[in-house]
Amino acid sequence: MSTAIAGTNRYLAEFERLERRSSTRTPAWLAELRRAAMERFVERGFPTTRDEDWRYTNLATLAATPFRAIDSVASSPVSREAVPRPFGPNAAPRLVFLDGRYAREHSSAQSLPGGARLSSFAEAISHDDEQLLERHLAKHARWDDNVFAALSTALLEDGVLLHVPAETVIEAPIELVLLTTRPGVMTQPRLLVVAGPHSRFTVVERYVGLTDQAYFVNAVSEIAVGPGASVDHYVVQEQGASAFHMATIHADLERDSAFSTCGATFGARLARTTLGVRFGGEGGRASLAGLYVTDGRQHVDHHVTVDHAVPRCSSRQLYKGVLDGSARAVFDGRVIVRPNAQKTDAAQTNKHLLLSDGVEVDSKPRLEIFADDVKCTHGAAEGQLAPEAIFYLRSRGLNERAARRLLTLGFVREVVDRIAVEPIRGYLDRALEARLGTDSKEMR
Amino acid sequence: MLSVRNLSVGVDGKTILRSLNLEVRAGEVHAVMGPNGSGKSTLAQALAGHPAYTVTGGEVTYLGRDLLAMPPEERARAGLFLAFQYPIEIAGVSNAAFLKAAINEMRAARGQEELDAMEMLELLEKKLSLVDMDRSFLSRPVNEGFSGGEKKRNEILQMAVLEPKLAILDETDSGLDIDALKIVAQGVNHLRRTDNAIILVTHYQRILNYVEPDRVHVLFDGRIVKSAGKELALELERKGYDWIKEQPAPVQPAA
Repeated sequence: MSTAIAGTNRYLAEFERLERRSSTRTPAWLAELRRAAMERFVERGFPTTRDEDWRYTNLATLAATPFRAIDSVASSPVSREAVPRPFGPNAAPRLVFLDGRYAREHSSAQSLPGGARLSSFAEAISHDDEQLLERHLAKHARWDDNVFAALSTALLEDGVLLHVPAETVIEAPIELVLLTTRPGVMTQPRLLVVAGPHSRFTVVERYVGLTDQAYFVNAVSEIAVGPGASVDHYVVQEQGASAFHMATIHADLERDSAFSTCGATFGARLARTTLGVRFGGEGGRASLAGLYVTDGRQHVDHHVTVDHAVPRCSSRQLYKGVLDGSARAVFDGRVIVRPNAQKTDAAQTNKHLLLSDGVEVDSKPRLEIFADDVKCTHGAAEGQLAPEAIFYLRSRGLNERAARRLLTLGFVREVVDRIAVEPIRGYLDRALEARLGTDSKEMR
Repeated sequence: MLSVRNLSVGVDGKTILRSLNLEVRAGEVHAVMGPNGSGKSTLAQALAGHPAYTVTGGEVTYLGRDLLAMPPEERARAGLFLAFQYPIEIAGVSNAAFLKAAINEMRAARGQEELDAMEMLELLEKKLSLVDMDRSFLSRPVNEGFSGGEKKRNEILQMAVLEPKLAILDETDSGLDIDALKIVAQGVNHLRRTDNAIILVTHYQRILNYVEPDRVHVLFDGRIVKSAGKELALELERKGYDWIKEQPAPVQPAA
């Protein structure tokens, strides 16, 4: 407990520094929001394993490590080569952040079609978007019961607002690249997406670490999907080997809207994704997917909550994890079907492939169904590669390692195949092939 | 090409093959027939190197090499091919990716360069037509959702693509309708050359109407109890296997 308090003290000091340097231009509502969130964070402290939502994920090391906010760390310039190449065409809209700071020289923030805007919160406030910001910011990702959302809100200095007005369609994926270059830093990436009625677009978050030493990224993404809108969201997480990656994603779906999110988790020592989807209008569709490939002592935790608060919505969850070394995976999939949410159609699948004896999996589906005319399914499975399949491939000339690799790639393919954006799918194909071993020529 | 001498094989501690002998020369087609449980599939799996089958005695020479000392992939790279009785379904791996991996392993073993995408497609298209399959088969996951007949044809496709020196077909004809059987037979006949050999493991004489064997062997209780020319298959078809079971002593094939 003392660790947790020491942990919050440091963040409280960070908050006070932020308050001191905040200009008088900070709107009163924002200053008040931050104060309330900080109070909440200090009151709660970092969760312990006694907390049901954190039973299998120990935050003691995170809480005890003195991470520093970017202001007290000199950021070093990064060469163009160090910044990952864009998924889409080079001209596609893209914002790059180095250790939490916007890097204009690496970004291409040309204008978006149909009056869509991709801007910092500060710009939004000075460009009459303050009302929009006030209406949505911290209203979707609840911070009263999520300590990391509270911390993000308390230390909120700036963030990215993506506002796509009604009927606007953007074909090229909008990319946010968040690079961490320095050991010991703490960043609070914050994204707010507001999708106007019947708009359609794709947004990608990429997290990359250029250091193998510890750092802390606490990301919060809020997505408001307007009536009839369609938002596809991707997260590609390739953090450094010792990183702490805490992600909170929340989407609110209005009538007849569609939201998909797909997370590919490769990096970090400890990665937690807290994903929430809430249906606020009938006819909503959500597709939630994730793949994670872990090794060594990596710990990957997904907590997914889908709240069917209204009738006639459908949700699909497909999460697949590959565990090697002494990696550990936690999956908690909660589906709530509220009393009036008739004709709900919810499905959840969570599968793990265990490549070593030292791995551990805690997978927990939680269906809380309070309506009677619904269709809800869930399935969880964990297993090793089938010896018969390995022999089949060996009988065709592949050595055991190549056979295991091909079967492992096959296991995660189900998730990759769902990705509609070709460049992202292609990138993940290559990333998976690289991650799951050298190619067959080198294996002989 | 293949010389099996006094081969004994067990699975789960139970002896299945008992001192089996078999000689196969280049250019020959051998049919190995026998009732259920006689050890036909065990022979096929043991020759391919399935780790669940334990060789407890005997030796196998294949192209002058000690076959039993080779891991399964080495046997495959040396040109031995097993068409599985129950082909395995592999989720998430397309037939094309599977065939590509196998072809390139074989080519590498022969010191050849990998095929590029165009050459690969050309080769696959040519072989697809041989087994009356269309291109859509290439993008489907290996055997997943395939009908029984499609799975068997997929085995023949792999055989046609890999061009083995010794092909062992483990009841590939079982459960096929007459059209699928003809396609399988066509694939086998296409492979038949003077420099390679085929072992057809089968319960029924039917496929031998389309693929004419040089030798027919009857396997019973883990031994080859009778070997003769193709007329033996017709005799088995007429009389069943019961008369074989009453044969007194195992018959050693001529060396």
